[in-house]
Amino acid sequence: MLKIKNISTFYGKIQALRNVSIHIQAGEVVSLIGANGAGKTTLLNTISGLLTPASGEISFDDQSLKGLAPDQIVKLGISQVPEGRQIFFHHTVLENLELGAYLRMQRKNRDEIDQDLARIYRLFPVLAERKKQLAGTLSGGEQQMLAIGRALMAKPKLLLLDEPSMGLAPKLVREIFETIFRLRKEGTTILLVEQNAGAALAISDRAYVLETGRLVLSGDARELMNDPEVRRAYLGKDYGEVWD
Amino acid sequence: MKRDAVIWAALTLLVFTLPAFVHSPYYYSVLIIIGIFGIVVLGLTMLIGYAGQISLGHAGFFGFGAYFSAVLTTRFHLDPWLAMLVGLVATIVLAFLLGIPTLKLHGHYLAMATLGLGMVLQIIFKEEVELTGGPTGLTDVPHLKAFGMVFASDQKFYFLVWIFLLVLYGLSINLVHSRLGRALRAISSNQTAAGSLGIPVNRLKLLIFAVSAGYASLAGSLYAHYLSFVNPSPFGFLVSVKLVAMVVIGGSQSLWGALLGAGLLTALPEFLAVLQDYEMLVYGAILIVMMMFAPQGLAGILAGLHEWVKNRDHKKNAQA
Ligand SMILES: Nc1ncnc2c1ncn2[C@@H]1O[C@H](COP(=O)(O)OP(=O)(O)OP(=O)(O)O)[C@@H](O)[C@H]1O
Ligand SMILES: [Mg+2]
Repeated sequence: MLKIKNISTFYGKIQALRNVSIHIQAGEVVSLIGANGAGKTTLLNTISGLLTPASGEISFDDQSLKGLAPDQIVKLGISQVPEGRQIFFHHTVLENLELGAYLRMQRKNRDEIDQDLARIYRLFPVLAERKKQLAGTLSGGEQQMLAIGRALMAKPKLLLLDEPSMGLAPKLVREIFETIFRLRKEGTTILLVEQNAGAALAISDRAYVLETGRLVLSGDARELMNDPEVRRAYLGKDYGEVWD
Repeated sequence: MKRDAVIWAALTLLVFTLPAFVHSPYYYSVLIIIGIFGIVVLGLTMLIGYAGQISLGHAGFFGFGAYFSAVLTTRFHLDPWLAMLVGLVATIVLAFLLGIPTLKLHGHYLAMATLGLGMVLQIIFKEEVELTGGPTGLTDVPHLKAFGMVFASDQKFYFLVWIFLLVLYGLSINLVHSRLGRALRAISSNQTAAGSLGIPVNRLKLLIFAVSAGYASLAGSLYAHYLSFVNPSPFGFLVSVKLVAMVVIGGSQSLWGALLGAGLLTALPEFLAVLQDYEMLVYGAILIVMMMFAPQGLAGILAGLHEWVKNRDHKKNAQA
C-alpha cells in the first residue's frame, strides 16, 4: 500500500532522515519506534507532504506522491494525527470533526458525513456527549480522541498516528491503545509512532526502529519484542506498566 | 450566524430610517465616509480576524481603486461602473501577485510586503503626473448614475454607499460562516492541525487577502466618485494604520465590531477637533490599550456586558 524507498529529508543543512525505506501493506498496523529526535515525526511529515524529501521515492497504492501538496495526499487517503494533540480549541467538538471532512464537505455528501460522524461517536461515545462543547475544555485524553476522530473523518485508507499517548496518564494511555486496537480490528491500516515501545509492539504486526535518522532494525513485532537489543534500549518498565 | 443575521437586519432598518431624522448634508457626509471606511474594514477584519494576517497597506488598495476610477473616467472617458470593475479586477490581480510569494512564508511577511506596496503606490500616485495628476491629483471625476438617477446629492450617495456596504456585509457574513470561513478560523487557531487535515492553508489565506483588497478597491472607487476628485494624501501609510486600528478597536473577530470601529474612528475626530492634531498618537495609544486590556475589542466588551446582564437577571429571577 505504502512504499518508501531511500528517502532523505533535511531541515536546511541538518539531515534528519538518511536513506530510509519502509513499506506497509493494507490492513497492517506498523509501528515506528525510536528515541527523541530520531526522526519519527520527520518521517510522518514527509509522507503527508508537509515536508519534501531531498531524494528517494514514496508511492501510495502504486501512485507516486512526488510533488503532491498535503491536501492532495489527504485526498488520496492518507491522514495524519499530528504530534501533541493539535486540535482547534475555539471550535466545538462537532466543528473539529467536520473540519476533518473538510475536503469532501459539500451538501451532496451530507448524509455520508453524518454516517461517518455516527461511526466516530460509536468509537468515542464521550465525543458524542460533548459535541457542542468547545474542544479546548476537553480533558487531555478526550482531546487526543478528538484528534484521532477528526483524522478518521477524512476516511483515510492509511492513518498516521504521531505519539498518541504522549503526556497522558496511564489510564488514558491504555484507553488510547485500546482504541487503536479496535481500529485495527475494523481493518484500518495504521503507521504508529510511539516512544511507549512495549505497548506499541503489543498491538502491531511489524515495527521499524529508527536511530538518528537511520533505520537500524525492522521485523515482526513479536520478534522485536524479544530482541535483547530492543528490550534493553526501548522496553523499560513502561511495557509492564501499561499491559499488566 | 443567527446573531449576525439579526444585526444585519437591524442595520438595514437603521440605514433606511435614519434619513427621516438626518437633514444636514454635513451629517450625511460623515455617514458616507463611515460607510466607505466600513467597507474597507469589513474586508480587513476578515483578513486579520479570520486569516490571522495583517496588512499595513490597505490604504494603498483603497487608493488603487480610487485612482483607477478617477483616471479611467476622466482621462479615458470610461463608464464609471466599468471603471470601478476594472479597478476591482486590477486590485485583485495585484493582491495575488503580492500574496502568492509572501503568504507561503511563515510569519508576518505579508505585513512587510503590504507596507512596501503602500509606499510604492504612494510614490506612483505622486510621481506619475501624466496619469495621476501628481500631488494635486485629478478633478472632475463624474458622478455615478443608475436607473436614471444621478448620485450627486449627499443623501443619494449615502444610500448608494450603505447599500454597497449592506450587500458586502451580507456577503462577508456568508463567507465567514461557510465551510471556507470555518477553515480560515481553523487556520488562525492552529495552522499545523489545519495543514494536517488537508486544508489548503496558503490558498485560503491568499483568497481572503484578495477579497479584502477587492473590498478596499470598491470603497476607493466610491470615494473618488463621492468627492469627485482624488489626490495622494488619503492613501498613505497613516491611513493604513488607522484602518488596522478600526479593526482592532471594533474587535477583529467580529464583523459588526469592525463597523463600530470604523464609525468611532471616523466620527470622533470630526467632533473632537483636538483629536485631529494628535490623531496618530491617539490611535497608537488606543491600539496598545486595546491589545493589553481588550483583545476582543468593543465587540468583546459588549458581548461580555450582555452576558453579565443576562446572568444578573438570571440570578434575580432565581432569587425571586
Ligand atoms: N523544524 C526543524 N528545524 C530544524 N531541525 C529540526 C526541525 N524539526 C526537527 N528537527 C530535527 O530533526 C531531528 C528529528 O526530529 P523529529 O521531530 O523527527 O524527531 P522525533 O523522532 O519525532 O522526536 P520526538 O520523539 O521527540 O518527537 C531532530 O534532530 C530535530 O532536532
Ligand atoms: Mg516526534
